[in-house]
Amino acid sequence: MKPTALIIDDEVQIRRLLTVALEGAGYNAREAETGTLGLQAVAHLRPDVILLDLGLPDLDGLTVLKRLREWSATPVVILTVRDDETDKVAALDAGADDYVTKPFSTVELLARLRAAQRRAQPREETSIFRHGDLEVDVVAHIAKRAGDEVKLSATEWALLALLIRHAGRVLTHRQILREVWGPKAEEHRQYLRVYFTHLRKKIESDPAHPKIIRTEPGIGYRLITGD
Amino acid sequence: MRNDEFVPDENRPNPDALLAAIHADESKARRGRLKVFFGMCPGVGKTYAMLEAAQRKVKEGVEVVIGVVETHGRAETLAMLEGMPIVPRAKIEHRGAVLEEMDFEAILIWHPRLVIVDELAHTNAPGSRHPKRYQDVLELLDAGIDVYTTLNVQHVESRTDAVRQFTGVIVRETVPDSMLDVADEIELVDLTPERLRQRLSEGKVYLGDRAVAAGENFFREGNLTALREMALRLTAEHVDRSLRAMQPTAKSDPWRSGDRLAVAVSASPHSAELVRWTRRYAASLEAPWIAVAVESPESLGPEDEKRRTANLALARQLGAEVVLTSGAHIGEALLLAAQEHAVTQLVMGKPDGPPWRWLLNRRSPIPWLIQHSGRIDVQLVRTEAKGDRPLVPARDRPQMYFREFGIALGIAAGATIFCQLVQGLIGYWSVALVYLLTVTLAAATLRRGPTLLLAALSALLWNFLFIPPLYTFYISKPHDVMMFAMFFIVAIVIGQLTSRLRERERLEHRREQRANALYQLTRRLAAVTSRDAAVKEVLAQIQKNFGLNAAALLRDDSGAFAGNAHPASTWKLSTKEEGVAAWAFQNKRAAGRDTDTLPDGEGLHLPLIVADRVEGVLGVELGAADSLVPEQRELLEAFASQLAIVAEKERLAHVQRRAQVVAESERLQKTLFDSVSHELKTPIAAIRAALDQPEVNRDEIQRANDRLRRTVDHLLDATRIESGMLKPVIEWCDAGELAREACELTGVGERVQMDIAPDLPPLRADHGLIAQALATLVDNATIYGSASEPALLTVRRNGDLIRFEVADRGAGFTDGTEEKIFEKFFRLPGSPAGGVGLGLSIARHLVEAHRGTLTAENRPAGGARFILQLPIGGELKLPA
Repeated sequence: MKPTALIIDDEVQIRRLLTVALEGAGYNAREAETGTLGLQAVAHLRPDVILLDLGLPDLDGLTVLKRLREWSATPVVILTVRDDETDKVAALDAGADDYVTKPFSTVELLARLRAAQRRAQPREETSIFRHGDLEVDVVAHIAKRAGDEVKLSATEWALLALLIRHAGRVLTHRQILREVWGPKAEEHRQYLRVYFTHLRKKIESDPAHPKIIRTEPGIGYRLITGD
Repeated sequence: MRNDEFVPDENRPNPDALLAAIHADESKARRGRLKVFFGMCPGVGKTYAMLEAAQRKVKEGVEVVIGVVETHGRAETLAMLEGMPIVPRAKIEHRGAVLEEMDFEAILIWHPRLVIVDELAHTNAPGSRHPKRYQDVLELLDAGIDVYTTLNVQHVESRTDAVRQFTGVIVRETVPDSMLDVADEIELVDLTPERLRQRLSEGKVYLGDRAVAAGENFFREGNLTALREMALRLTAEHVDRSLRAMQPTAKSDPWRSGDRLAVAVSASPHSAELVRWTRRYAASLEAPWIAVAVESPESLGPEDEKRRTANLALARQLGAEVVLTSGAHIGEALLLAAQEHAVTQLVMGKPDGPPWRWLLNRRSPIPWLIQHSGRIDVQLVRTEAKGDRPLVPARDRPQMYFREFGIALGIAAGATIFCQLVQGLIGYWSVALVYLLTVTLAAATLRRGPTLLLAALSALLWNFLFIPPLYTFYISKPHDVMMFAMFFIVAIVIGQLTSRLRERERLEHRREQRANALYQLTRRLAAVTSRDAAVKEVLAQIQKNFGLNAAALLRDDSGAFAGNAHPASTWKLSTKEEGVAAWAFQNKRAAGRDTDTLPDGEGLHLPLIVADRVEGVLGVELGAADSLVPEQRELLEAFASQLAIVAEKERLAHVQRRAQVVAESERLQKTLFDSVSHELKTPIAAIRAALDQPEVNRDEIQRANDRLRRTVDHLLDATRIESGMLKPVIEWCDAGELAREACELTGVGERVQMDIAPDLPPLRADHGLIAQALATLVDNATIYGSASEPALLTVRRNGDLIRFEVADRGAGFTDGTEEKIFEKFFRLPGSPAGGVGLGLSIARHLVEAHRGTLTAENRPAGGARFILQLPIGGELKLPA
């Protein structure tokens, strides 16, 4: 059966364009032009993935997302404009799975949608993460690069394990801080980049051109999955 | 002015007068109206007349409340209160006793159209907001509330002396004459003396407990006639003035309007009367007046000091400008001050005693002044200060002199013992020289009194103990008599001269100290660059010169007054003191100690006024300390005006900057509109054209799309910076990562060659913003650089800085455009199409927000290079 994708956006042009692109990629595309209609549509359509625009006329996208997350775990990809870093971060913190910035390429959008859907599927629990010559056994606490063991500090381990747990998904700075440092997170905010630089030096084969941990400017970090 | 060349054209209205009339009109539009029911004495029926008028207003539908009315239990008066709500009186606790006063605050909050306030001259209980009820009324008027009030003529400040003269009653509750000037309407409640006496005998006049005794005497027919005449005259004067005010174009008398009075104020109790006289005279001339006090070499005792302060305060209260001057010669100092202030008439007290006495008295300034006054008329006014306020001579201060007198006696004894010892060797004539020497030396340290005592004592001792026949005051030989007389005169003269010299020196020193303090302050203020530093400086100088804590409350940048003390303040204001300061600010008048508003406060609050605008308030904490003497007050006021000037300068600079910004933004708006419309239309046209071709040209659309995106991005960034929404989030960043991200952001990373030094330390910056600034440079380098050679991005450490360099092999800069390119909307001539000219301006702004620098220059071998340097910001220490 074709997966259903719900587009919640008030701009008819964007909706039309996305419908064409999604139908072409094998989705069953549905449209809703306001937040309220969107929430209703989610309730009776039970879509597999939702594309949500943050700038809606009635409810703002963030509110829609928060209401949605009260009863639904359907993957949500946010559509935003470029200068909305704070909104993006807020949406990701509120439970969005990924974001795409307008103007976007349809190819990228479809890839993000697929990844989001995939993560939503129950998948086999494997404790081993592989990317290139990096191999990490999260359970055994062992990381190896090209067969040699890499020594990681406790913080670096915590970061890496977190990224692996959410592989492929963008994690906001705040999410990372909260997960790794807990309530004392704020004081570590200014050091976050340094920890990532150190981590990259240890796990990336070319730290100057990181392939495993990608920086999402203004948002956070994302672990690129091997496949 | 009496110079003929200044006589204005007779028919031309005086512009100052016109302006004043306009101002008066303006301020009256906002102010409440004051109507005074004016009478010659108690019992004429003022309160009744007032309530009658109020009842008429009630019938007209005006909201009238009773602030305070003394009915004295009379039924007819009570009946008049009907239909008007009465504001319950406030209870004020003072030393255990509970006193009732008009609840002034409640009326302010109630804010009726009209409030009835009986007995304008009433003195409020200690602890009230104002010591006097008329001050409450003034504030009610300021709040836009109309006020009806009652007043007897004997309570008018300038008439109290006259009243005392013919009734013998000393009036303590007074209202300044200016209250009558403020009144919009004065209704004379008149009653013939016979009628009044009849009412009195019928028991219809309430006299109060204290007044009963004085009453009988007070209500003598002669007194009543005089009081009535005075009341009628005051009312007529007021009517006359209002009439004149209504005819602003009427011929004005140049002689009269040019007059300016000065009254000489001293510690004498006559001065208060003199001040009142001058006020009356000035009012009738409609002339401005000043009060001049001369600080003379003779220092004043605490009693005198207090009285002089009180006299000056009275003058200030009656509307005079107070001028303090100093000089050994009182006449000269007075004349100088009068000339400086363009005074035409100088008012002085007429001395007591027959004229020959003071005319020959060299110490009296009057003969000298009469000789030297030139254009200035000198008025000698007879005053009468009765025994209730005796003049205490400055020298009569035993408690302060006891010690010095003791020392003088000691010196005399010491010298005598010494002389007894050496007399055998040197003879009794030389002994006189020893005494003379001690007098001279003592005069250098002792005050005049003790010095003179020592001189006299020495003469007598010499006579008694040394001049034969010994142990008598009798002198046998004529040359000894001669010697003794000379000795006596020389000793006294030396004592006098030396001590006067010292007094003068001391005075000079004090003046110099003050001048020096002010000079120091102005010099330091000239050196400071910010208002905050100026505040700190002024507060430090107050601490240094007065030993007092102080607080400054200033307007903020937007011009609003929040009433918060400046953080540099050394005095932590209580809520009450903040209230006093706010009052001083709103009313543009000093408040707190030594003023007539909240005088029982902790300190004194001076408004900082420049050109009629209040810039803030300067408060000094007096605490348990004494009040400031006039000299200190004057210096403090000088400090305050210095601070005011600085505050104003800063604010004007702010306004000017804003005006510049507005002008600039108008220019920019036009440029923006032109360039944005061009930048938006061109790619749209390109897309349109590309779509219209039979074979859709994807590359062309892509390029147009990129160009549109860049334009929109830049506009959004510029908006964010301009709106102040940009707040850098400082974190430790990796320089290499910044460089890489910049290339990634541009999407042209493959055309840039990177050279990043290894082991660069982390730096503190907002990663996103710096990456964006760098991206703009990289973008530029790929656009303006050579197509064949890639742009070069180098990252190095440079001392405490990280240095990013983006270099290209393009055309470089011609004739000094290296700096212009950072201006908004500036584009190099011959630039390739695309771009609004905002990128570099934004980039520089971002870098400067990090205390970094961004500059451009030509490369030696051709091409341009941009150098972005950021401070590292310390050494990273990771938390455990």
